[in-house]
Amino acid sequence: MSQRQRLILFSVAMAGLAACFGWAASGLPGFGNYPGPYGPVILHDAVAQTRATGVVSAVNFDYRGFDTLGEEFILFTAAAGLSVVLRRLRGEREREPDREPETDNSNKPGTSAAVKVPALLFTGPTVLIGWWLASHAQANPSGGFQGGVTLASALALVYLAGEFIAFRRLSPVMLTDAVEAAGAGGFAVIGLIALAMGLPYLDNFVPLGTIPGSVSSGGTIPLISFFVGLEVAAAFTLIIGEFLEQTLLIRRGLWITSRSSWSPGSSPSACMGS
Amino acid sequence: MTLMGTLQAVILVLVAAGALAVARARDRVRQVLLLSGYGMLLAVLFFTFQAPDVTLSELAVGSVALPLILLLAIFKVDKARDADKARDADQARRGRR
Repeated sequence: MSQRQRLILFSVAMAGLAACFGWAASGLPGFGNYPGPYGPVILHDAVAQTRATGVVSAVNFDYRGFDTLGEEFILFTAAAGLSVVLRRLRGEREREPDREPETDNSNKPGTSAAVKVPALLFTGPTVLIGWWLASHAQANPSGGFQGGVTLASALALVYLAGEFIAFRRLSPVMLTDAVEAAGAGGFAVIGLIALAMGLPYLDNFVPLGTIPGSVSSGGTIPLISFFVGLEVAAAFTLIIGEFLEQTLLIRRGLWITSRSSWSPGSSPSACMGS
Repeated sequence: MTLMGTLQAVILVLVAAGALAVARARDRVRQVLLLSGYGMLLAVLFFTFQAPDVTLSELAVGSVALPLILLLAIFKVDKARDADKARDADQARRGRR
């Protein structure tokens, strides 16, 4: 196909798309107008029904808690899939740990103090902000997800300020896995407790408290937010840890390509081990 | 136009320009850094459109977690390519001998 033909095809497609887009946009409700009945109902009733002033959290963790449960397991599955995929690469490394590629990094400069010192200074405040975000879902537009990601990024700061070994010591894989499972399972179990009490799944069975928007109000909302925070923090720590590990294997020169031509002179059995 | 409307218009233009800058970047590391800044622009966009919860998520994921993962992946791929090149050169040298 010549350039001219391509240009003609593109212009026709583009004109069609522009026409359809204009047609669709002309039928939209006015900017900022929301015609559905759901929003006004929630805005009117949420604080009275849940005693949570963070209405977004009331929707996420109470009214539509079942949706959030599904979303939480999306992240859980993603982290699980990642560790399964990258685990095989670790096996490849362990086959021939002695053979180092020619490009060693011994002459590369380490992390500068200009990076390490701010990273160290920000680690504590980041943990505090993450914890605050995760534990104040009932009063703020925050919640377990935002808090969890922030907590995990504090661990990334630990890596920046120190070494991978410090990151690993603070988040051993066993512990991270256990916390992630506890977070994901805890959410589901809160729903099951409601079932056991004869209520609908994920019904808000904890006393709601008296003052709307205080830390102890909202019933199951702060509880679920806490478990989501655990799950998200552990999942992101796991993901960041896996990626860091992959990168550091190369740095140490232990990374082995899967191409068979890599091991000249060695017996074929060395490539087929384990 | 109200103050909020003006802010919304300004940030919409900035986000459009930021998206173009990310897409047009040729160097991958530079592209990731632009993407991180673009994540912050998006966070401001969500804030001006009264979605502070999405703002917080976007700040944490779009401007920290995603760029971090991308940088690590780029680093690994580059290293693997360097190692491949070094090995090929090594083999070529041995073949000549």
